[in-house]
Amino acid sequence: MKKLLSILAVSVFAFSANAGTLDDVKNRGFLKCGVTTGLAGFAAPDDSGEWAGLDADMCRAVAVAVFGDRSKVEFITTTGKSRFPTLASGEVDMLARNTTWTISRDVNLGFEFVGVNFYDGQGFMVPSALGVSSATELDGATVCIQTGTTTELNLADFFRLNGIGYEALPIETNDEGKENLFAGRCDVYTTDASGLSSTRAAASNPDKWVVLPEIISKEPLGPLVRHGDHQWGDVVRWSLNAMIIAEELGVSSENVDAQKSSNVPEVLRLLGVEGSYGEMLELAPDWAYQIIKQIGNYSESYEANVGPDTPLEIARGLNALWTQGGILYAPPFR
Amino acid sequence: MNEITESRKPPVATTGVLGWLRANLFSNWVNSLISLFVIYILFQFIPWILNWTIFAADFKYNFNGEEIVNREMCSRVLDPENGGACWAIIYVRFYQFMYGFYPRDEVWRVNLSYFLLVVAVVPLLFDRFPYRKHFLKFTYIFPIIAFFLLNGGLGLESISTNKWGGLLVTLVLGCTGIALAFPLGIILALGRRSNLPVISMMCTLFIEFIRGVPLITLLFFGMVMLPLFLPEGIDMDGLARVLVAVTLFQSAYMAEVIRGGLQAIPQGQYEAARSIGLSYWQMNMKVVLPQAIRISIPSIVNTSIGLFKDTTLVIIVGLLDLLGIGRGALADTTWLGLAYEVYFFVSLVFFIFTFAMSRYSLYLEKKLKTGINMGAD
Repeated sequence: MKKLLSILAVSVFAFSANAGTLDDVKNRGFLKCGVTTGLAGFAAPDDSGEWAGLDADMCRAVAVAVFGDRSKVEFITTTGKSRFPTLASGEVDMLARNTTWTISRDVNLGFEFVGVNFYDGQGFMVPSALGVSSATELDGATVCIQTGTTTELNLADFFRLNGIGYEALPIETNDEGKENLFAGRCDVYTTDASGLSSTRAAASNPDKWVVLPEIISKEPLGPLVRHGDHQWGDVVRWSLNAMIIAEELGVSSENVDAQKSSNVPEVLRLLGVEGSYGEMLELAPDWAYQIIKQIGNYSESYEANVGPDTPLEIARGLNALWTQGGILYAPPFR
Repeated sequence: MNEITESRKPPVATTGVLGWLRANLFSNWVNSLISLFVIYILFQFIPWILNWTIFAADFKYNFNGEEIVNREMCSRVLDPENGGACWAIIYVRFYQFMYGFYPRDEVWRVNLSYFLLVVAVVPLLFDRFPYRKHFLKFTYIFPIIAFFLLNGGLGLESISTNKWGGLLVTLVLGCTGIALAFPLGIILALGRRSNLPVISMMCTLFIEFIRGVPLITLLFFGMVMLPLFLPEGIDMDGLARVLVAVTLFQSAYMAEVIRGGLQAIPQGQYEAARSIGLSYWQMNMKVVLPQAIRISIPSIVNTSIGLFKDTTLVIIVGLLDLLGIGRGALADTTWLGLAYEVYFFVSLVFFIFTFAMSRYSLYLEKKLKTGINMGAD
């Protein structure tokens, strides 16, 4: 039924709202961006009612690219169930809603994932008193596991591959897992790494818990737009890429003005000093400069929202640049 | 010779506190045991909850006298053994809980609407209210005023409903749903009992369909499917769509409640009304409905309270009502892990509203003596 609805939604919009999202956004005067109803580190309203987080920054970056103003964005809250119809019906221009990029979503639902702004994956959390530093040392452990999810299958595969045994304690919800782990009824809790981190941060004493380095599944989370509007897809894709490239080139919100007189050609191209890349995207020449100036590069956004200095304390891991042991990689800016 | 003896006072054990205790709590040994058990539980529980919510709690400052700006500064995080609730999360985000993301410069409009709501509703609720007739005229035009005040227009800056949130959304949904569903429900109930087969069948179909699906389904239908049926360019507001769904849902339930009341009216009442020459509408408006609604009051309030609580489901379609704002607060890394405080506060607000509704219905029942047999009234 869900699939049927989505197909219906998409087929109707194949006729009505195909190209021209960029023009629509410009005419409207602000961007409509779909986010979660609240997920720690990714999108949540702060005390003054401003949305903050890695996904919220993604929305703002696109708003800056189009308007040169980080406040020209309206956040539309969506849930796991309502996000796709909301995007398909044109109520939002893009989604930045920690959505995993999968083939069926990309192809069958008729969306376009434009990149990955967070590489998530299933991880393990244990009490630090257990003295374990790797998941491969977990032989014979009791694992709290949500039943009927892909995490359950991933867990079985991982332990079988490593030739170790475990005892499963089936749970239904994330809260249940949290309570069971904190009460010591299981030794290990496994779910997506970002979820583990917020569970840990919500504990009365976070230092008593540690997230193990192993990540055993692929959950690439990224912004997505409707199929068929490539111009708009490019704007969102390169807004994300500009932040990643800026980190790679060492351009940050603090030194971006000084970097305008850099002697590195790619920096000059990125900041709009040379070339006409803004024109190609039908954006202002300094669109990327403004993103870096007003939002920061990828690293700044990461550190401010989910990084080791935040309560979530998520290490860069896979999300480090390809030059620093991660897999974060953006095509060249030329 | 009649000596008038002085009237004696009743035995001590049957009057005053002692008498009340004996009659209500210790009338036999089973009741006594239950009473003792409950008192024991309360003694265990009440001091603890008072201590946690008030005496050991942080309101704005923690035990060091610092103003709390994040969870690390809460007494109960600094000292898990002794610290109580950390109400700072509510204090700091009170604006959001009440108004959502409504612009601060325009918030007087919401406050004015709340005030006017009271002016519009109180005379409606109490028939002894002075100058009630004049106030009721205002009650009729209040929805229009409130619409322009909250939404904008007529010279006021337009505020997108995306920015509405918190108690504002809860109240808009609850009040609109209850107020619109009542007349709709009456029409549907009368329609279902109509002698005209087409009308009765249509009403029955509508009611059975709406009652046959959960509110969530209707919300999804309003949020996801409705835009697909609307012609291109007509963009119906998200909140309006949810309002339509909530109103339809509530009106179906209201219809069944009122139909129950209608069925309790003896056939003689209808015949009597007919025999003095009243038309269909006169009969219903003057004779049948006043009695039917009177008997239905407890059920009407019951479904209304149900709806008020059901409004929290709108988070599923992405509207941030009071509970949604609370969950958003918990997802902010500044305040992670203060779930007890948030849920306690939200449930307290809901309790205030639903308790007021149920008290009002008791007052109405007493005033109208709904319990008494209609015929002997």
